[in-house]
Amino acid sequence: MVLTKRIIPCLDVTEGRVVKGVKFVEIRDAGDAVELGKLYDDQGADELVFLDITASSDKRKILIDLVERTGEQIFIPFTVGGGIRTVKDIKKILRSGADKISINTAAVKNPIIITEGANIFGSQCIVTAIDAKRVYVKNPKDSPDKKVIELKDEKFCWWEVYINGGRTSTGIDAIKWGEKAQKLGSGEILLTSMDRDGTYDGYDLELTKIFSENLDIPIIASGGAGKPQHIVDVFKKGKADAALAASIFHYNEYSIKDVKMICKKNDIPMRI
Amino acid sequence: MSFYIAIIDYGIGNLKSVSKIITYLGEKSVITSDPEILFNANGIILPGVGAFGDGIKNLKEKGLIPIINGIIDDNKPFFGICLGMQLLFTKSYEMGVNKGLNLIKGEIRAFNKQKVEKIPQIGWNSVTFQERNHFLIKGVPNNSYFYFVHSYYCMPEYEEDILGVTQYGQKIFCSMICKDNIVGTQFHPEKSSKYGKKMYENFISFCKK
Repeated sequence: MVLTKRIIPCLDVTEGRVVKGVKFVEIRDAGDAVELGKLYDDQGADELVFLDITASSDKRKILIDLVERTGEQIFIPFTVGGGIRTVKDIKKILRSGADKISINTAAVKNPIIITEGANIFGSQCIVTAIDAKRVYVKNPKDSPDKKVIELKDEKFCWWEVYINGGRTSTGIDAIKWGEKAQKLGSGEILLTSMDRDGTYDGYDLELTKIFSENLDIPIIASGGAGKPQHIVDVFKKGKADAALAASIFHYNEYSIKDVKMICKKNDIPMRI
Repeated sequence: MSFYIAIIDYGIGNLKSVSKIITYLGEKSVITSDPEILFNANGIILPGVGAFGDGIKNLKEKGLIPIINGIIDDNKPFFGICLGMQLLFTKSYEMGVNKGLNLIKGEIRAFNKQKVEKIPQIGWNSVTFQERNHFLIKGVPNNSYFYFVHSYYCMPEYEEDILGVTQYGQKIFCSMICKDNIVGTQFHPEKSSKYGKKMYENFISFCKK
């Protein structure tokens, strides 16, 4: 009996309904957010994540009503992210019933928000979301200020942080940013591979592994899950603490229970 | 007045998720620090997240310590959750030494980084019951999973106060306590899906007796 690895369905929402962006551009509707959340709870989801995908770019307020309704009907932990800019925003969402908030763009622009949030509400409810994209380099010496990793086939890359829903590059090294977010008081990292998001090709295992090995706080891997084996791999090879996925669950390709049974068969500790 | 559960408001933590699960189960709850409302309740819940020192300080400042002692003397059903359970103990070593309510003899100690995986423990872990006939775990299978978020754990002095234990890394710690009409969980039953709901149901049934 040990602490289990977590399976977290992510519900990208806009106006209370679930959508899933393929590589953040093409969007399809996948249903009512609270209904879907309840279904996932019944199937054995360990947590839920709501990301208001339009909030950050369109300056829209988070759907407080959705958070309230979720809290009234779903009794597993849930995280809300998207468009959170101030400590006041954090307070509003947590007061409405969310267990954790995730911050992305605002944390990059104003890192102290992590510390302020953690001091008031506790580290356990501050999740730093990082959207990372590979930058391939010919020679590690060309990028001395970046954490360059050697991949297979003698290729090299580092990961760059993107903000504003993946539209704006920052030049910031994702691993260094993750380490800083931990130091500032973040309780967990929600790590999305922009190269893999929406591709169904599997998680970026190298990215997940380097984060898990360099940070002490839990890493939630995201981006690329297309079949149960990808989730097995991100736990075994990527050393993630939790796996986040959307499309694989939303379109009934696999239930959460299916995925958990497959993980368990592969000796990954799971709550079934 | 009709049946209600009082949730002690001491300016700490997310009390709303506790009141929401009671509403979901069809019962009334009141979030309050008013002594009269607390004394007239059918059962009391002390929730809480955060640091032990802040928790005790807030209870003191709101004049709640003698009231909690009175409620326990009345033998009213009392449920401590997470920090709310830890506060019932004699003392804690979280950020210095702080005295607790001393309703359960024992201490609160930090996980040792060498013996566990990551600190805090965040996620679902299983609970092995030390006793099978307790009202709180009726209908809950042994070794069921519950949601934990904590860096400190309790060490009751008397074995009979331990209702459940959990293993994290190499460490086995007490994750549920019981003594007379007091129960407590280190995990969050309001965030632990169906078996967490079952525990609240069991607590409410006990309050109705």
